[in-house]
Amino acid sequence: MNRWWASCLLSLLLFSGCAADSEQPPSTRNPAAPPAYGDSLIDSTIGEPTTLIPILASDSASHEVANLIYNGLVKYDKNLELTGDLAESWEISRDGLSITFHLRKGVKWHDGTEFSARDVMYTYRVTIDPKTPTPYAEDFKQVKTATAPDRYTFKVTYEKPFAPALASWGMNILPSHLLEGKDLTKSPLSRKPIGTGPFVFKEWVAGQRIILDANKNYFEGRPYINSYVYRIIPDNSTMYMELKVGGIDMMNLSPVQFQRQTNTKAFLARFAKYRYPASSYVYLGYNLRHPLFSDKRVRQAITAAINKDEIINGALLGMGQATHGPFKPGTWACNQRQKDIPYDPEHAIKLLSEAGWKTRNSQGILLKDGKPFQFTILTNQGNDVRLKTAQIIQQRLKRIGIDVRIRVVEWASLLSQFIDKGNFEALVMGWTITPDPDLYDVWHSSKTGPKELNFVGYKNQEVDRLIEQGRSTFDQEKRKQCYYRIQEILVEDQPYSFLYVPDALPVVNLRFRGIEPAPAGISHNLIKWYVPKMEQTH
Amino acid sequence: MYSYLLKRILMLLPLMLGITLITFVVIHLAPGEPVEMQVAMNPKISAKTREKMREFYGLDKPLHVQYVSWLNRLARLDFGRSFAPDNRPVIDKIKERLPITISLNVVALIIEFGLAIPIGILAAVYRNSLFDKGITIFVFLGFAVPTFWLALLLMYFFGVKLNWLPISGLHSLGSDRLPFVQRLLDLARHLVLPLTIASFGSLAGVSRFMRSTMLEVIGQDYMTTARAKGLSERAVILRHGLRNALLPVITLLGFSLPGLIGGSVIFETIFAIPGMGQLFYMGVMARDYPLVMGILVIGAGLTLIGNLLADIAYAFADPRIRSVKN
Repeated sequence: MNRWWASCLLSLLLFSGCAADSEQPPSTRNPAAPPAYGDSLIDSTIGEPTTLIPILASDSASHEVANLIYNGLVKYDKNLELTGDLAESWEISRDGLSITFHLRKGVKWHDGTEFSARDVMYTYRVTIDPKTPTPYAEDFKQVKTATAPDRYTFKVTYEKPFAPALASWGMNILPSHLLEGKDLTKSPLSRKPIGTGPFVFKEWVAGQRIILDANKNYFEGRPYINSYVYRIIPDNSTMYMELKVGGIDMMNLSPVQFQRQTNTKAFLARFAKYRYPASSYVYLGYNLRHPLFSDKRVRQAITAAINKDEIINGALLGMGQATHGPFKPGTWACNQRQKDIPYDPEHAIKLLSEAGWKTRNSQGILLKDGKPFQFTILTNQGNDVRLKTAQIIQQRLKRIGIDVRIRVVEWASLLSQFIDKGNFEALVMGWTITPDPDLYDVWHSSKTGPKELNFVGYKNQEVDRLIEQGRSTFDQEKRKQCYYRIQEILVEDQPYSFLYVPDALPVVNLRFRGIEPAPAGISHNLIKWYVPKMEQTH
Repeated sequence: MYSYLLKRILMLLPLMLGITLITFVVIHLAPGEPVEMQVAMNPKISAKTREKMREFYGLDKPLHVQYVSWLNRLARLDFGRSFAPDNRPVIDKIKERLPITISLNVVALIIEFGLAIPIGILAAVYRNSLFDKGITIFVFLGFAVPTFWLALLLMYFFGVKLNWLPISGLHSLGSDRLPFVQRLLDLARHLVLPLTIASFGSLAGVSRFMRSTMLEVIGQDYMTTARAKGLSERAVILRHGLRNALLPVITLLGFSLPGLIGGSVIFETIFAIPGMGQLFYMGVMARDYPLVMGILVIGAGLTLIGNLLADIAYAFADPRIRSVKN
């Protein structure tokens, strides 16, 4: 009976849905309307920011908001190249040991005080202060000396050349005149920040919204948009409905929403959809300490038995691309000519037989020394795409005689009970790809200890050497050679079966103009986004 | 009666202590630590930094020391500071969200009991009638349909398709610039769907409960006597039946009190209502021990007070209980 009622109700809704969508008027927009000041951009976030003092925050929501309020000395431009932000220019000494930043003059904090090298020095000191509970001290701890010879110069020296150092100065700079000598963790700035950035903090209503106003005196020019509103909406479906009724102007779509739910005329008349590779990848990682995976031919065989395109089509509805290394396709460190192990189940069976997996039991499972080839893939709860990925892998491996089980574990348990203790066989997980290609933390053999990130236990001396070389020079061409070679080795060694880089799928209301999709995404020129006068709604 | 009450109140203290001890142990038994939850899988954090952060939160001390110092603070009504990176006092975070949840749940409770009691009475009086059967179906729908699913359907239908009601949040953007009456109307429009969802699920349970207790009462001898005295059916049911049938419902109301503060994670999440349910859920996910303990202590306190009030109400409603307890 319940089911009957439910299906009646559902069909009624779906029917009314079709009718309503087709009644929307077609777009009457003028694509060449000139830029104008005004209107609000209403964005949405699933999680509420925790603090707007960026060095204390560890969640992406906090950093997203803080990045509109603060600046770093450097930033990534639309092509993911480092460019000046609060620093007008910089010089790297010939030996690569020191960086001298020349700061912009006349930049004002939102309270009117002038920005100077003192603020940079304060931010550096408070970050390395042992009393500050910050996760971002590591890069700054490499600094041997930091000096501020005058108001507009800041110089740092390192023990040895350290390529990721430059990017680390993208850290948001804090106002020393408001914080010096005070306890950062109890500062009111965590709820009412004062920065130098394009937007000025206006209001934070807990659990509901954060409102930022345009900084009329921003050094790169006043943003066209008058205010930026972050609505906190903890549920993705609610967010999507809010988008449809105009409650929010932009969000990130899921592959299903992008492919199946937003291809109506009515939707496309109101929204622009964007699609570009996200800065992350998903992989099947092996516990290399486990005897099952100690032979690289076995790992190569598993990769050869997995059809990556099938996973992308099945789990991501085609919204992604296959990958075989840890870099984002299209960036300078990624070797586009490097060939992956192709999908070839026959070759996989051959490789396994070479590794000693020759006979099969009555269920068709491969045997070696009488033991069946059987392992469990772990993945974290709440990520449907990863679970589907594991299931598709399970099916493919079954066909070549490998029995795979899947176990979905809550995030905290996965970390503490399995990954930290090395108590796993294989896992489907993902990594964020940082713009700087340094691989030290995830791939260096010194990082295989407990609670460290090379938890699969990958050790390769040549890779170690190349990683060290890559991070000790600022010469991009030399670094590129190191990373190209690392990719060759990783394809050969297959410590992970690298699977795919998913696409980022943002959608923005069409009344916003001036959006330029680039490798860095769409938000890199936010201050240039505008709404033509005729179309302004807020 | 008074000595009984005094005893009951004194019993609350050890009970409360036991509850805090158990919850403290249980939440610390859950895998994962606040620091881990904040920095896990972050390549930029060394083991040393992690240790520093644990020290900052006092997590390096043995569990019993942590518990005693927490208890010490609690005795001074200090709930401590949140382990979230904002490090704000727990009580501030709770204060921000408590009024929303309490007022929302009080209204939901009034709607729920206001509807459930008459529905239950009518269903019992007209037992096996079309009305009773219709209500039974309605009630089972309420039991069976998952809250989040119904919430999404209503949001889609009344929000997206018909555009009659706002989908989420408590206020429209810029509503603070509206005159008072319009602001109130705006809030009311935002509350229609959440309140419907909040009351619907429990409405089913309470009305069913009311029906069965009423049915029990209807068959009693004193009801027949009342009828024999020549009282109208209406007076028999409302004056004699209802009073007795309400007794177990009062207990139910007592049990609903902690729900006033705990809120509902599901509907608060779906409707983006910044209440205690949401705060508690986020606290648990982040292993924010002081926040979780703070909310639990207040919740446990309310449960105990709720039970006590239910007992008192019971005693007042039924003279027999008063005399037995004396």
